[in-house]
Amino acid sequence: MPNCKTLVNYTGTPQQEEQLRQVIEKYKGQPGAAMPVLQEAQEIFGYLPEEVQVIIANGLDLPLSEIYGIASFYAQFTMNPKGQYRISVCLGTACYVKGAAAIVEAVEKHLNIRNGGITPDGKFSLDCCRCIGACGLAPVMMINDEVYGKLTPEKVVEILNSYN
Amino acid sequence: MEKLVNLKINNIPVTVPEGSTILKAAHDSGIKIPTLCYLRDVNEIGACRICVVEVKGARSLVAACVYPVSEGMEVFTNTPKVRNSRRLTLELILSNHRMACLTCPRSKHCELLALADEFGIEAVRYAGDDMQPRIENTSLHLIRDNSKCVLCRRCVTTCRNIQEVGVIGPNDRGFDTHISCAFDRDLCEVDCISCGQCINSCPTGALAEQDDTDKVWAALNDPKKHVVVGTAPAVRAALGESFGMPIGTNVEGQMVTALRRLGFDKVFDVDHAADLTIMEEGTEFLHRLQGEGSLPMITSCSPGWIRYCEQHYGDQLDHLSTCKSPQQMFGSMVKTYYAQKCGIDPKDIVVVTIMPCVAKKYEVQRQEQRLPNGCMPVDISITTRELARMITSAGLLFDYLPKGRFDELLGISTGAAVIFGATGGVMEAALRTVAATLLGDENAPLEFKDVRGTEKGMDSIRVAEYELPGRTVKVCVASGISNAKKIMDDIRAGTCEYDFIEIMACPGGCINGGGQPLHTSYEQDYIDIRGLRAGALYNQDESMSLRKSHHNPMVKKLYEEFLGEPCGHKSHELLHTHYIPRKKHIL
Repeated sequence: MPNCKTLVNYTGTPQQEEQLRQVIEKYKGQPGAAMPVLQEAQEIFGYLPEEVQVIIANGLDLPLSEIYGIASFYAQFTMNPKGQYRISVCLGTACYVKGAAAIVEAVEKHLNIRNGGITPDGKFSLDCCRCIGACGLAPVMMINDEVYGKLTPEKVVEILNSYN
Repeated sequence: MEKLVNLKINNIPVTVPEGSTILKAAHDSGIKIPTLCYLRDVNEIGACRICVVEVKGARSLVAACVYPVSEGMEVFTNTPKVRNSRRLTLELILSNHRMACLTCPRSKHCELLALADEFGIEAVRYAGDDMQPRIENTSLHLIRDNSKCVLCRRCVTTCRNIQEVGVIGPNDRGFDTHISCAFDRDLCEVDCISCGQCINSCPTGALAEQDDTDKVWAALNDPKKHVVVGTAPAVRAALGESFGMPIGTNVEGQMVTALRRLGFDKVFDVDHAADLTIMEEGTEFLHRLQGEGSLPMITSCSPGWIRYCEQHYGDQLDHLSTCKSPQQMFGSMVKTYYAQKCGIDPKDIVVVTIMPCVAKKYEVQRQEQRLPNGCMPVDISITTRELARMITSAGLLFDYLPKGRFDELLGISTGAAVIFGATGGVMEAALRTVAATLLGDENAPLEFKDVRGTEKGMDSIRVAEYELPGRTVKVCVASGISNAKKIMDDIRAGTCEYDFIEIMACPGGCINGGGQPLHTSYEQDYIDIRGLRAGALYNQDESMSLRKSHHNPMVKKLYEEFLGEPCGHKSHELLHTHYIPRKKHIL
């Protein structure tokens, strides 16, 4: 799983942390408080890095292991921020049968990140998505709002290099 | 009056108290239902499905460990449906278990292996996905191998609920689920207190102590080294279990002989250092009662507790007694007093301790305990379990061994030291000496039974008051970190009324330490293991002629020849230490 420690430096601001503390205050002492706090924290920071989870654990007086257990269990939580260039590889049926798995692998290999991860410089993040409605171009990936179709692993490398 | 419920188990009428689980009701009627994730009072979550039974009218099989009985219920524990289901579940668990039973330290006590045997599993029909070792061995005290983990969560609930430390949990989801620390950090990076209670709760070999026996063998086989061993009080009350003796057998004599035959140059008793601890700690307490230092004073024998206090109550460290633990006092005396007396360079001495504890492996490397001569007090600390392995591998037939006696110089002890191994023991030992100092030996009581743990589990918080000249002294005894936490919160809030507090990290004290011989969940449920082990120590105390630490002739001699007076200059240099606030999270 790519959940673990993100490679990107923490850039949370004191304002964001203050906002989080207010959220924690709101839910503190309630049963099952961790879930809504994690959700709102993700809205504030965009993701849930270790720094943020430590604030939540200390604030709710729960073990960090419990907070992390929840955050790593649910697919709705991410522990990596989104990159400057958000890569989404379509894993819809058409793309899948046209070899999307090899496309994902090519991206992972070229950028040395895994699905859900981000490069240490914060430039590229990788996610897999469901059908984006461009089945005629399968296999397809998007980088931010740009769609790239009829991909091959070689083409992927070329495209990624064009963003450097 | 307790309300009773009538039900039938395998067509046999049974009457049990309302609220009982099917598991309990069945056991009370002579039927053992197999379990795996169940650990009474610790982990009752019905997750593993090994304990399923049929209940007439129920839609599906139910988990006996959590399903409450009801009036008129009809339970069947041994139908083909039940047997097939349990067997299938077990095979699926085994399919993903690295079956390294031949080389696993847990093989003799493995609950999974026992189930496979019970169910008559000859071959596992399903090939698992991931059979490589997944070993985490970054801490000084513990090895985790998740390829042997069955995800029962007994370690997790022990850490979270019994110890309230909570450094491990299930991470990720589905097939990726694994037990580890937050952000999969190494155990050495998180606030694990090294108590090892997780090892005692694990049904398989996924958790084990770091085995340091090779280091001990190397020292024993090095002709240039003078190897000295000392044994903690609780070891003698449990070591015999590893050789099939009944729980609660005191094997002090055989243990001494075994150690001598293993080749140790001197076989000493850490009990001697426990008496020394009382001299220092008792004196320190009297000083604090007179206004020199903070009250309450809290004992400092338990390294897991000390580490927890440093991590979570770094603002309250002035309450901790500055005394080193008996283990560290023992090593300190070997490498100064003993070395000097025997004319051996302390650098050529290897001090080995046998402890019921895995946190002692962490304690031996605490740098602030280094001696002025540059030596660390103790070089290698091994557990009761590791000693048992050494004895077995040396071919010593333990039950045939004659009883031996400790070497005198640091091997003579009193009953007060023996009871250190049970919760309340340090307090009672200290009170014996403190009371005698203030009231005179003839007038002072000998036994302080109020501070002893008498209930099963021995993990209650006990409070007592004693009238001493000039004032009433209020004392408190707690074991298990969740209990310690309650007391520390009171201290922090300024509402704590006690003068003297004993805290041990492990529930029940050292007799239930993380390095003691292992027992299955069934034995833990139905045998009062802690009580029987503690009983062995209290019996030894009663049988001894010397039962107060200040009567120990070798301790007296030590002060006369070497230390001067308790809490004097030399003591402070060699026997006392300081504590450091530590961060909970590495960030």
